[in-house]
Amino acid sequence: MGAQLRELRQRIRSVDSIKKITRAQELIATSRIARAQQFAEAARPYSQALVRAMEAAAERARLDNPLLEGVEEPRRSAILVVTSDGGFAGAYSANVIRQSEALAGLLRDQGQEVVPYVVGKKGVTWFTFRGRELGGQYVGFTGKPAYADARKIADDLLEAINTPTEEGGVDEIHIVSTHFRNMVTQEVRARRLFPIMVEDVPEEIHHAEAGAVRSDDGGSSGPGGSAGSANGRPSRTDVLPLYEFEPSADEVLDALLPQYAGNLVYTALLDAAASEWAARRRAMKNATDNAGELQESLTRESNSARQAEITQEISEIVGGADALAAAGSE
Amino acid sequence: MAEDLNVEVVAADRKVWSGEASIVIARTPEGEIGIMPGHEPVLGLLVAGPVTVRSTGGEAVVVAVSGGFLSVSQNHIAILAEQAELADEIDVAAAEAELAELGDDGDGTRRWAQARLDVAASR
Repeated sequence: MGAQLRELRQRIRSVDSIKKITRAQELIATSRIARAQQFAEAARPYSQALVRAMEAAAERARLDNPLLEGVEEPRRSAILVVTSDGGFAGAYSANVIRQSEALAGLLRDQGQEVVPYVVGKKGVTWFTFRGRELGGQYVGFTGKPAYADARKIADDLLEAINTPTEEGGVDEIHIVSTHFRNMVTQEVRARRLFPIMVEDVPEEIHHAEAGAVRSDDGGSSGPGGSAGSANGRPSRTDVLPLYEFEPSADEVLDALLPQYAGNLVYTALLDAAASEWAARRRAMKNATDNAGELQESLTRESNSARQAEITQEISEIVGGADALAAAGSE
Repeated sequence: MAEDLNVEVVAADRKVWSGEASIVIARTPEGEIGIMPGHEPVLGLLVAGPVTVRSTGGEAVVVAVSGGFLSVSQNHIAILAEQAELADEIDVAAAEAELAELGDDGDGTRRWAQARLDVAASR
Protein backbone atom coordinates (compact mmCIF):
# COMPACT_ATOMS: atom_id res chain seq x y z
CA MET A 1 0.00 0.00 0.00
CA GLY A 2 2.74 2.44 0.92
CA ALA A 3 4.55 1.60 -2.29
CA GLN A 4 1.47 2.43 -4.38
CA LEU A 5 1.10 5.81 -2.74
CA ARG A 6 4.74 6.66 -3.35
CA GLU A 7 4.44 5.63 -6.98
CA LEU A 8 1.40 7.83 -7.46
CA ARG A 9 3.14 10.81 -5.94
CA GLN A 10 6.08 10.24 -8.26
CA ARG A 11 3.80 10.20 -11.28
CA ILE A 12 2.06 13.37 -10.16
CA ARG A 13 5.43 15.10 -9.94
CA SER A 14 6.52 13.95 -13.40
CA VAL A 15 3.21 14.95 -14.99
CA ASP A 16 3.59 18.32 -13.32
CA SER A 17 6.99 18.92 -14.86
CA ILE A 18 5.77 17.77 -18.27
CA LYS A 19 2.94 20.23 -17.94
CA LYS A 20 5.39 23.03 -17.23
CA ILE A 21 7.35 22.16 -20.35
CA THR A 22 4.35 22.01 -22.65
CA ARG A 23 3.02 25.22 -21.18
CA ALA A 24 6.31 26.95 -21.92
CA GLN A 25 6.25 25.57 -25.47
CA GLU A 26 2.74 26.87 -25.88
CA LEU A 27 3.76 30.36 -24.80
CA ILE A 28 6.78 30.34 -27.11
CA ALA A 29 4.64 29.24 -30.03
CA THR A 30 2.11 31.98 -29.32
CA SER A 31 4.75 34.69 -29.52
CA ARG A 32 6.26 33.15 -32.66
CA ILE A 33 2.94 33.24 -34.49
CA ALA A 34 2.83 37.00 -34.07
CA ARG A 35 6.43 37.30 -35.30
CA ALA A 36 5.77 35.11 -38.32
CA GLN A 37 2.77 37.27 -39.18
CA GLN A 38 4.88 40.39 -38.92
CA PHE A 39 7.34 38.95 -41.41
CA ALA A 40 4.50 38.09 -43.76
CA GLU A 41 3.20 41.64 -43.42
CA ALA A 42 6.65 43.11 -44.14
CA ALA A 43 6.94 41.06 -47.32
CA ARG A 44 3.63 42.28 -48.69
CA PRO A 45 4.70 45.58 -50.36
CA TYR A 46 7.25 43.67 -52.41
CA SER A 47 4.72 41.06 -53.52
CA GLN A 48 2.23 43.70 -54.53
CA ALA A 49 4.66 45.80 -56.53
CA LEU A 50 6.05 42.67 -58.15
CA VAL A 51 2.67 41.38 -59.25
CA ARG A 52 1.78 44.80 -60.66
CA ALA A 53 5.02 44.98 -62.63
CA MET A 54 4.53 41.44 -63.87
CA GLU A 55 1.13 42.29 -65.21
CA ALA A 56 2.45 45.36 -66.95
CA ALA A 57 5.31 43.46 -68.52
CA ALA A 58 3.22 40.42 -69.44
CA GLU A 59 0.85 42.64 -71.38
CA ARG A 60 3.59 43.74 -73.71
CA ALA A 61 6.07 40.89 -73.85
CA ARG A 62 5.90 37.71 -75.87
CA LEU A 63 4.87 34.93 -73.57
CA ASP A 64 7.02 32.01 -74.58
CA ASN A 65 8.78 31.49 -71.28
CA PRO A 66 8.45 27.95 -69.85
CA LEU A 67 7.23 29.60 -66.66
CA LEU A 68 4.27 31.09 -68.48
CA GLU A 69 3.48 28.63 -71.22
CA GLY A 70 2.99 25.03 -70.24
CA VAL A 71 3.57 22.08 -72.52
CA GLU A 72 0.64 20.21 -74.01
CA GLU A 73 1.24 17.04 -72.09
CA PRO A 74 3.38 17.49 -69.02
CA ARG A 75 5.45 14.42 -68.30
CA ARG A 76 7.17 15.30 -65.07
CA SER A 77 6.16 17.55 -62.22
CA ALA A 78 7.95 18.88 -59.22
CA ILE A 79 6.07 19.13 -55.95
CA LEU A 80 7.40 21.42 -53.28
CA VAL A 81 6.28 19.99 -49.96
CA VAL A 82 6.52 22.40 -47.03
CA THR A 83 6.70 20.57 -43.70
CA SER A 84 8.31 21.50 -40.40
CA ASP A 85 11.72 20.83 -38.91
CA GLY A 86 10.47 20.12 -35.43
CA GLY A 87 7.76 17.92 -34.03
CA PHE A 88 5.39 18.86 -31.20
CA ALA A 89 3.08 20.38 -33.77
CA GLY A 90 0.31 17.84 -33.91
CA ALA A 91 -0.54 16.60 -37.38
CA TYR A 92 0.96 19.65 -39.11
CA SER A 93 3.56 17.79 -41.17
CA ALA A 94 1.44 14.67 -41.56
CA ASN A 95 -1.39 16.67 -43.11
CA VAL A 96 0.92 18.28 -45.64
CA ILE A 97 2.48 14.96 -46.54
CA ARG A 98 -0.91 13.30 -46.94
CA GLN A 99 -2.06 16.07 -49.24
CA SER A 100 1.13 15.91 -51.30
CA GLU A 101 0.69 12.15 -51.67
CA ALA A 102 -2.84 12.71 -52.92
CA LEU A 103 -1.58 15.25 -55.44
CA ALA A 104 1.24 12.93 -56.49
CA GLY A 105 -1.30 10.15 -57.03
CA LEU A 106 -3.44 12.43 -59.15
CA LEU A 107 -0.48 13.47 -61.28
CA ARG A 108 0.65 9.88 -61.68
CA ASP A 109 -2.82 8.95 -62.90
CA GLN A 110 -2.33 11.56 -65.60
CA GLY A 111 0.82 9.74 -66.58
CA GLN A 112 3.31 12.09 -65.00
CA GLU A 113 6.39 11.41 -63.02
CA VAL A 114 6.62 13.23 -59.72
CA VAL A 115 9.75 14.72 -58.21
CA PRO A 116 9.38 15.83 -54.60
CA TYR A 117 11.27 18.84 -53.29
CA VAL A 118 10.95 18.79 -49.55
CA VAL A 119 11.25 21.57 -46.98
CA GLY A 120 11.54 20.60 -43.30
CA LYS A 121 13.24 17.76 -41.50
CA LYS A 122 10.00 15.89 -40.84
CA GLY A 123 9.15 15.67 -44.50
CA VAL A 124 12.70 14.78 -45.52
CA THR A 125 12.74 11.93 -43.00
CA TRP A 126 9.38 10.70 -44.21
CA PHE A 127 10.44 10.62 -47.85
CA THR A 128 13.91 9.20 -47.35
CA PHE A 129 12.60 6.49 -45.00
CA ARG A 130 10.42 5.29 -47.86
CA GLY A 131 13.34 5.38 -50.24
CA ARG A 132 11.87 8.14 -52.41
CA GLU A 133 14.26 10.08 -54.52
CA LEU A 134 14.19 13.77 -53.66
CA GLY A 135 14.75 16.58 -56.11
CA GLY A 136 15.97 18.72 -53.27
CA GLN A 137 15.80 18.95 -49.52
CA TYR A 138 15.92 22.06 -47.38
CA VAL A 139 16.08 21.96 -43.61
CA GLY A 140 16.86 24.21 -40.70
CA PHE A 141 14.69 27.27 -41.24
CA THR A 142 11.00 26.36 -41.28
CA GLY A 143 10.20 28.23 -38.07
CA LYS A 144 11.78 31.44 -39.33
CA PRO A 145 12.43 31.42 -43.06
CA ALA A 146 14.72 34.05 -44.57
CA TYR A 147 14.49 35.31 -48.13
CA ALA A 148 17.81 33.64 -48.97
CA ASP A 149 16.26 30.25 -48.15
CA ALA A 150 13.37 30.89 -50.50
CA ARG A 151 15.76 32.15 -53.17
CA LYS A 152 17.71 28.90 -53.05
CA ILE A 153 14.60 26.76 -53.36
CA ALA A 154 13.25 28.91 -56.17
CA ASP A 155 16.58 28.71 -58.02
CA ASP A 156 16.54 24.92 -57.84
CA LEU A 157 12.95 24.78 -59.05
CA LEU A 158 13.63 27.20 -61.89
CA GLU A 159 16.64 25.21 -62.96
CA ALA A 160 14.45 22.10 -63.06
CA ILE A 161 11.74 23.74 -65.14
CA ASN A 162 14.24 25.28 -67.53
CA THR A 163 15.87 21.91 -68.14
CA PRO A 164 14.31 19.87 -70.97
CA THR A 165 12.21 16.99 -69.66
CA GLU A 166 14.41 14.48 -71.48
CA GLU A 167 17.38 15.57 -69.41
CA GLY A 168 15.61 15.27 -66.10
CA GLY A 169 13.85 18.60 -65.99
CA VAL A 170 10.23 19.13 -65.05
CA ASP A 171 7.27 20.62 -66.89
CA GLU A 172 5.23 21.84 -63.97
CA ILE A 173 5.84 22.98 -60.42
CA HIS A 174 3.29 22.44 -57.70
CA ILE A 175 3.44 23.45 -54.09
CA VAL A 176 1.75 21.86 -51.11
CA SER A 177 1.89 24.06 -48.04
CA THR A 178 -0.24 25.21 -45.17
CA HIS A 179 -2.15 28.45 -45.36
CA PHE A 180 -2.58 30.45 -42.19
CA ARG A 181 -6.18 31.51 -42.20
CA ASN A 182 -6.38 32.55 -38.56
CA MET A 183 -5.18 31.40 -35.15
CA VAL A 184 -7.44 28.36 -35.12
CA THR A 185 -7.79 27.49 -38.79
CA GLN A 186 -4.95 26.52 -41.02
CA GLU A 187 -5.56 24.65 -44.20
CA VAL A 188 -3.32 22.61 -46.43
CA ARG A 189 -3.30 23.90 -49.96
CA ALA A 190 -2.07 22.38 -53.17
CA ARG A 191 -1.44 24.89 -55.93
CA ARG A 192 0.31 24.97 -59.24
CA LEU A 193 3.01 27.63 -59.22
CA PHE A 194 4.33 27.28 -62.74
CA PRO A 195 3.48 27.55 -65.49
CA ILE A 196 1.35 30.46 -64.36
CA MET A 197 -2.16 30.16 -65.64
CA VAL A 198 -3.05 33.42 -67.28
CA GLU A 199 -6.67 33.95 -66.49
CA ASP A 200 -8.91 36.89 -66.93
CA VAL A 201 -11.22 36.39 -64.01
CA PRO A 202 -12.84 39.27 -62.16
CA GLU A 203 -11.56 39.85 -58.67
CA GLU A 204 -14.63 38.63 -56.73
CA ILE A 205 -14.81 35.30 -58.50
CA HIS A 206 -11.12 34.86 -58.02
CA HIS A 207 -11.49 35.21 -54.29
CA ALA A 208 -14.43 32.84 -54.15
CA GLU A 209 -12.39 30.31 -56.06
CA ALA A 210 -9.37 30.71 -53.88
CA GLY A 211 -11.56 30.18 -50.84
CA ALA A 212 -12.82 26.95 -52.33
CA VAL A 213 -9.38 25.36 -52.13
CA ARG A 214 -10.05 23.01 -49.29
CA SER A 215 -7.70 20.57 -47.70
CA ASP A 216 -9.80 17.71 -49.06
CA ASP A 217 -9.65 19.06 -52.58
CA GLY A 218 -6.74 16.83 -53.45
CA GLY A 219 -6.11 18.40 -56.81
CA SER A 220 -4.27 21.34 -58.16
CA SER A 221 -6.57 21.91 -61.05
CA GLY A 222 -8.86 24.89 -61.33
CA PRO A 223 -7.78 27.54 -58.88
CA GLY A 224 -4.07 26.90 -59.43
CA GLY A 225 -3.82 30.10 -61.39
CA SER A 226 -4.83 32.17 -58.42
CA ALA A 227 -1.21 32.19 -57.36
CA GLY A 228 -0.82 35.67 -58.69
CA SER A 229 -3.99 37.08 -57.29
CA ALA A 230 -3.28 35.68 -53.84
CA ASN A 231 -0.51 38.18 -53.57
CA GLY A 232 -2.70 41.18 -53.95
CA ARG A 233 -3.60 41.85 -57.51
CA PRO A 234 -4.42 45.49 -58.10
CA SER A 235 -8.08 46.13 -58.56
CA ARG A 236 -9.56 46.10 -62.02
CA THR A 237 -10.25 49.79 -62.01
CA ASP A 238 -6.53 50.42 -61.68
CA VAL A 239 -5.55 50.94 -65.30
CA LEU A 240 -1.94 50.07 -66.03
CA PRO A 241 0.10 52.99 -67.32
CA LEU A 242 1.82 52.69 -70.66
CA TYR A 243 5.25 51.76 -69.46
CA GLU A 244 8.43 52.36 -71.32
CA PHE A 245 10.54 49.27 -70.84
CA GLU A 246 14.21 49.40 -70.14
CA PRO A 247 15.84 47.57 -71.92
CA SER A 248 12.77 45.78 -73.39
CA ALA A 249 9.52 44.22 -72.23
CA ASP A 250 10.81 40.72 -72.91
CA GLU A 251 13.97 41.21 -70.94
CA VAL A 252 12.14 42.85 -68.07
CA LEU A 253 9.69 39.96 -67.90
CA ASP A 254 12.50 37.41 -68.08
CA ALA A 255 14.17 39.13 -65.13
CA LEU A 256 10.94 39.50 -63.22
CA LEU A 257 9.87 35.87 -63.39
CA PRO A 258 12.69 34.47 -61.25
CA GLN A 259 12.05 37.22 -58.70
CA TYR A 260 8.38 36.37 -58.80
CA ALA A 261 9.20 32.70 -58.22
CA GLY A 262 11.39 33.60 -55.25
CA ASN A 263 8.62 35.77 -53.88
CA LEU A 264 6.01 33.03 -54.26
CA VAL A 265 8.17 30.54 -52.42
CA TYR A 266 9.02 33.10 -49.75
CA THR A 267 5.40 33.99 -49.06
CA ALA A 268 4.48 30.29 -48.99
CA LEU A 269 7.27 29.65 -46.47
CA LEU A 270 6.15 32.54 -44.28
CA ASP A 271 2.56 31.40 -44.43
CA ALA A 272 3.66 27.88 -43.53
CA ALA A 273 5.82 29.17 -40.66
CA ALA A 274 2.88 30.99 -39.09
CA SER A 275 0.75 27.88 -39.54
CA GLU A 276 3.44 25.70 -38.05
CA TRP A 277 3.58 27.80 -34.90
CA ALA A 278 -0.19 27.91 -34.67
CA ALA A 279 -0.35 24.12 -35.00
CA ARG A 280 2.34 23.79 -32.38
CA ARG A 281 0.55 26.13 -30.05
CA ARG A 282 -2.62 24.12 -30.35
CA ALA A 283 -0.83 20.81 -29.85
CA MET A 284 0.97 22.13 -26.79
CA LYS A 285 -2.21 23.60 -25.37
CA ASN A 286 -3.90 20.21 -25.69
CA ALA A 287 -0.92 18.54 -24.05
CA THR A 288 -1.03 21.02 -21.17
CA ASP A 289 -4.76 20.48 -20.71
CA ASN A 290 -4.35 16.73 -20.79
CA ALA A 291 -1.54 16.90 -18.26
CA GLY A 292 -3.80 18.93 -15.99
CA GLU A 293 -6.56 16.33 -16.25
CA LEU A 294 -4.15 13.49 -15.65
CA GLN A 295 -2.76 15.29 -12.65
CA GLU A 296 -6.22 15.69 -11.21
CA SER A 297 -7.18 12.06 -11.58
CA LEU A 298 -3.83 10.94 -10.18
CA THR A 299 -4.32 13.19 -7.17
CA ARG A 300 -7.74 11.63 -6.55
CA GLU A 301 -6.21 8.19 -6.81
CA SER A 302 -3.41 9.05 -4.44
CA ASN A 303 -5.87 10.55 -1.95
CA SER A 304 -7.94 7.39 -1.88
CA ALA A 305 -4.76 5.31 -1.58
CA ARG A 306 -3.71 7.42 1.36
CA GLN A 307 -7.13 7.08 2.95
CA ALA A 308 -7.07 3.33 2.40
CA GLU A 309 -3.70 3.19 4.10
CA ILE A 310 -4.99 5.13 7.12
CA THR A 311 -8.13 3.00 7.32
CA GLN A 312 -6.06 -0.13 7.24
CA GLU A 313 -3.73 1.15 9.96
CA ILE A 314 -6.67 2.03 12.20
CA SER A 315 -8.32 -1.33 11.70
CA GLU A 316 -5.01 -2.99 12.46
CA ILE A 317 -4.66 -1.01 15.69
CA VAL A 318 -8.25 -1.64 16.70
CA GLY A 319 -7.85 -5.30 15.84
CA GLY A 320 -4.62 -5.47 17.85
CA ALA A 321 -6.20 -3.71 20.84
CA ASP A 322 -9.20 -6.04 20.71
CA ALA A 323 -6.91 -9.06 20.65
CA LEU A 324 -4.90 -7.70 23.62
CA ALA A 325 -8.09 -6.95 25.57
CA ALA A 326 -9.41 -10.42 24.81
CA ALA A 327 -6.08 -11.95 25.92
CA GLY A 328 -6.10 -9.88 29.20
CA SER A 329 -9.63 -10.85 30.21
CA GLU A 330 -8.96 -14.55 29.93
CA MET B 1 8.75 71.16 -61.18
CA ALA B 2 5.26 70.40 -60.23
CA GLU B 3 5.14 67.72 -57.63
CA ASP B 4 7.56 65.63 -55.68
CA LEU B 5 8.33 62.05 -56.36
CA ASN B 6 6.84 59.50 -54.06
CA VAL B 7 9.57 56.91 -53.62
CA GLU B 8 9.50 53.45 -52.12
CA VAL B 9 12.53 51.22 -51.83
CA VAL B 10 11.40 47.70 -51.10
CA ALA B 11 13.44 44.58 -50.44
CA ALA B 12 11.96 41.11 -50.61
CA ASP B 13 11.40 40.92 -46.89
CA ARG B 14 10.86 44.51 -45.81
CA LYS B 15 10.34 48.11 -46.85
CA VAL B 16 13.73 49.77 -46.75
CA TRP B 17 12.89 53.40 -47.30
CA SER B 18 9.98 55.49 -48.41
CA GLY B 19 9.36 59.18 -48.68
CA GLU B 20 9.27 62.21 -50.93
CA ALA B 21 12.15 62.94 -53.26
CA SER B 22 13.15 65.35 -55.99
CA ILE B 23 15.34 62.99 -58.03
CA VAL B 24 16.23 59.31 -58.10
CA ILE B 25 19.36 57.99 -59.76
CA ALA B 26 19.71 54.28 -60.42
CA ARG B 27 21.78 51.95 -62.56
CA THR B 28 20.23 49.95 -65.36
CA PRO B 29 22.07 47.46 -67.59
CA GLU B 30 22.37 50.25 -70.18
CA GLY B 31 23.67 52.94 -67.91
CA GLU B 32 22.51 55.30 -65.25
CA ILE B 33 19.00 56.60 -65.25
CA GLY B 34 17.89 59.73 -63.47
CA ILE B 35 14.23 60.25 -62.76
CA MET B 36 12.66 63.57 -61.89
CA PRO B 37 9.02 64.46 -61.35
CA GLY B 38 6.90 64.19 -64.46
CA HIS B 39 8.91 61.34 -65.95
CA GLU B 40 7.08 59.03 -68.31
CA PRO B 41 6.14 55.58 -66.96
CA VAL B 42 9.14 53.27 -66.98
CA LEU B 43 9.73 49.69 -65.99
CA GLY B 44 13.46 49.15 -65.93
CA LEU B 45 15.87 46.54 -64.72
CA LEU B 46 18.52 47.45 -62.21
CA VAL B 47 21.98 46.04 -61.80
CA ALA B 48 23.72 45.59 -58.48
CA GLY B 49 24.92 48.96 -57.29
CA PRO B 50 23.86 52.13 -55.59
CA VAL B 51 20.52 53.87 -55.93
CA THR B 52 20.61 57.50 -54.89
CA VAL B 53 17.45 59.20 -53.76
CA ARG B 54 17.63 62.94 -53.14
CA SER B 55 14.86 63.58 -50.71
CA THR B 56 12.85 66.79 -50.67
CA GLY B 57 14.77 67.85 -47.58
CA GLY B 58 17.93 67.93 -49.70
CA GLU B 59 19.71 65.01 -48.10
CA ALA B 60 20.87 62.11 -50.26
CA VAL B 61 19.76 58.64 -49.33
CA VAL B 62 21.99 55.97 -50.81
CA VAL B 63 20.77 52.43 -50.98
CA ALA B 64 22.74 49.42 -52.16
CA VAL B 65 20.62 47.02 -54.19
CA SER B 66 21.43 43.53 -55.38
CA GLY B 67 19.67 44.07 -58.68
CA GLY B 68 15.97 44.16 -59.32
CA PHE B 69 13.84 46.68 -61.09
CA LEU B 70 12.26 50.05 -60.79
CA SER B 71 8.86 51.17 -61.90
CA VAL B 72 7.85 54.74 -62.45
CA SER B 73 4.30 55.86 -62.94
CA GLN B 74 2.62 59.15 -62.12
CA ASN B 75 5.44 60.41 -59.92
CA HIS B 76 5.42 57.19 -57.95
CA ILE B 77 8.68 55.27 -58.01
CA ALA B 78 8.98 51.76 -56.66
CA ILE B 79 12.44 50.27 -56.45
CA LEU B 80 12.26 46.54 -55.91
CA ALA B 81 15.32 44.52 -55.11
CA GLU B 82 15.67 41.09 -53.63
CA GLN B 83 18.18 42.58 -51.25
CA ALA B 84 18.57 46.23 -50.40
CA GLU B 85 20.39 48.01 -47.61
CA LEU B 86 20.67 51.65 -46.68
CA ALA B 87 24.21 52.95 -46.77
CA ASP B 88 24.21 53.38 -42.97
CA GLU B 89 23.05 49.83 -42.42
CA ILE B 90 25.79 48.15 -44.39
CA ASP B 91 28.07 45.91 -42.40
CA VAL B 92 31.39 46.50 -44.16
CA ALA B 93 33.22 43.72 -42.34
CA ALA B 94 30.52 41.20 -43.27
CA ALA B 95 30.55 42.28 -46.92
CA GLU B 96 34.32 42.08 -47.07
CA ALA B 97 34.32 38.64 -45.47
CA GLU B 98 31.69 37.50 -47.96
CA LEU B 99 33.73 38.83 -50.85
CA ALA B 100 36.92 37.17 -49.62
CA GLU B 101 35.14 33.89 -49.07
CA LEU B 102 33.55 33.85 -52.50
CA GLY B 103 36.82 34.33 -54.35
CA ASP B 104 36.20 34.52 -58.07
CA ASP B 105 32.99 32.54 -58.37
CA GLY B 106 29.42 33.28 -57.32
CA ASP B 107 28.91 36.31 -59.53
CA GLY B 108 25.50 37.37 -58.18
CA THR B 109 26.46 37.28 -54.52
CA ARG B 110 29.83 38.72 -55.40
CA ARG B 111 28.35 41.70 -57.17
CA TRP B 112 26.02 42.25 -54.25
CA ALA B 113 28.91 42.23 -51.76
CA GLN B 114 30.90 44.55 -54.02
CA ALA B 115 27.95 46.90 -54.40
CA ARG B 116 27.57 47.12 -50.64
CA LEU B 117 31.27 47.88 -50.23
CA ASP B 118 31.15 50.59 -52.90
CA VAL B 119 28.16 52.23 -51.29
CA ALA B 120 29.70 51.99 -47.84
CA ALA B 121 32.90 53.56 -49.13
CA SER B 122 31.05 56.56 -50.50
CA ARG B 123 29.11 57.37 -47.36
